[in-house]
Amino acid sequence: MHLDWFPLWLSLEVATAATLISVALGLGIAWLLANRDFPGKDLVDAVAMLPLALPPTVLGYYLLVVIGRSSWIGRAWEAVTGSALVFTWRAAVIASTLHAIPLLIKSSRAALESVDVACERAARSLGASEWRLFWRVSLPLARRPIAAAAVLAFARSLGDFGATLMIAGDIPGRTQTAAIAIFDAVESGNTLTARVLVIVISILTAAVVFLANRLEKRRVSR
Amino acid sequence: MLRATITKRFPAGPESAGFTLNIEFEAAPGVTVLYGPSGSGKTLTLDTAAGFVTPDSGRILLNDRILFDSGAHVHLPPRDRQCGYVFQSYALFPHMTVRANLAFAANRLPRLERHRRIAELLDRFRIADLAGRFPHELSGGQKQRVSIARSLIASPEVLLLDEPANGLDAALRADLHSIILEIRQSLAIPILLVTHNAEECFMLSDRVLIFEGGSIVHRAAPLELLRNPGTESVARLLGGFNVYEAEVVTLDPGRQTSRVRLLDTEIDGPHLRGCFLGDRVVLCMRPEELRIATRPGANRIRGFLVRATDRMQSVRADFGHDLIVDTPRGDWPALKESGERDGWWIELPAAFLRQIGRGQTGRTVGVIG
Repeated sequence: MHLDWFPLWLSLEVATAATLISVALGLGIAWLLANRDFPGKDLVDAVAMLPLALPPTVLGYYLLVVIGRSSWIGRAWEAVTGSALVFTWRAAVIASTLHAIPLLIKSSRAALESVDVACERAARSLGASEWRLFWRVSLPLARRPIAAAAVLAFARSLGDFGATLMIAGDIPGRTQTAAIAIFDAVESGNTLTARVLVIVISILTAAVVFLANRLEKRRVSR
Repeated sequence: MLRATITKRFPAGPESAGFTLNIEFEAAPGVTVLYGPSGSGKTLTLDTAAGFVTPDSGRILLNDRILFDSGAHVHLPPRDRQCGYVFQSYALFPHMTVRANLAFAANRLPRLERHRRIAELLDRFRIADLAGRFPHELSGGQKQRVSIARSLIASPEVLLLDEPANGLDAALRADLHSIILEIRQSLAIPILLVTHNAEECFMLSDRVLIFEGGSIVHRAAPLELLRNPGTESVARLLGGFNVYEAEVVTLDPGRQTSRVRLLDTEIDGPHLRGCFLGDRVVLCMRPEELRIATRPGANRIRGFLVRATDRMQSVRADFGHDLIVDTPRGDWPALKESGERDGWWIELPAAFLRQIGRGQTGRTVGVIG
């Protein structure tokens, strides 16, 4: 029987892209929350955590409103690239990123805040800029918990269903990710495909969680 | 020269009492010791100089540069202050080797100069053979040396040391002291040293600032301080002083003498300023200035030996009521024999009794026995 591996590859690609984006964005936001006081900080903190709490379909709906073809972001995108943003793999990446980012912000912030204040002060008094301090001292010292969070974020993006379905749709060969393909296969009685995908995703996720635990457990000794 | 006039208020919180730092000082090249009990604002003073803590108001000048001026809204960030800071916890970067730690500090130097400077300091602090090690592979004393070397790489204009001797054993402490004295000799920069070790204070300092409750309560050269601590609280902070309350019985301003009643005995006192008959005064004397006698005499007070303890070069006899006397070890056995047979008298030579305050009237003076 022919087994379509496309959904799995798409899922891996989407999850990888989403993880990279959420690490970059999440670290930036986490740094701001950990190091700077600004008006509306509590609001940013709360909004950043919202995707964790909202039902995925609600999140997907908001996304449709914000980047849909009639929104100005959607129209601007279409004007520049010539194609819509929704119902493409890019939309799936956006949904996954949003899903994964709260985890990264929360863990990275905690990790950055746990860096020895004396080390940061030492770096500053030795002439380091905030930029250099971050890359040479804070990030290396906080790298393990941040890496663990990134790995978990990857697992989370891999499994996103609701938001992705709402905004990227279920177009086989184009936007159908593994999680959606499993749902489809079960719906249409395609038990073998469903089982294979379930097993592969389970093994992948288990491996990822195991890795995350390993990363978290080993404290920075150097 | 470092000059600072600063105020910093910490409002009282639900779990903490409020604290106000309100100080004014100058530190010339040489070692200025910040001495006082913990929580008196010593480290906070270093932190404001380094720029980690922003004062509410005031001015901090380092040589000709303004580091902070609340009036002109100048607050130089720590990286532009040229302050070498040695942290109590050393604060070495745990993920970098010794050499990388030093290189991090040398980043602003030109490339060639950088290597020369790192090599020079590795050599000078005898850590060249540790250059490839990580901080967790170093002993406390080695970390200390690396941390001082790192703080000096960029040729700071002031060196701030926060209780550097904490957690070091006697040998390492001696090593540290010689390092500090060596830096003081070779670099003409102000060195601010926070400590609550009186010995360190006298050994290393050119000048002592005594902190209490967020203020500088006394400032003096170390020897001057030893000669006259000035106030009762300073005498108690420094330790090593016997403090007595006495009542003025006779005043003779012409001869600059007095008679005071101290521990129920009338003895000759020093010249007392601003006192009337019947006033109570606080006097102090160092243990090595008292003398033990075994018969009554002028300025001698009857005492009863509570305990005698061996010290490095002397025997310390404690007769209670702050009658603590240091006697050369060689003299002690004979003294002890006759003291136990004939009784103890402790002589307080008037020349060594120093007035360090006015006592509260109405407080009872201790009675021996």
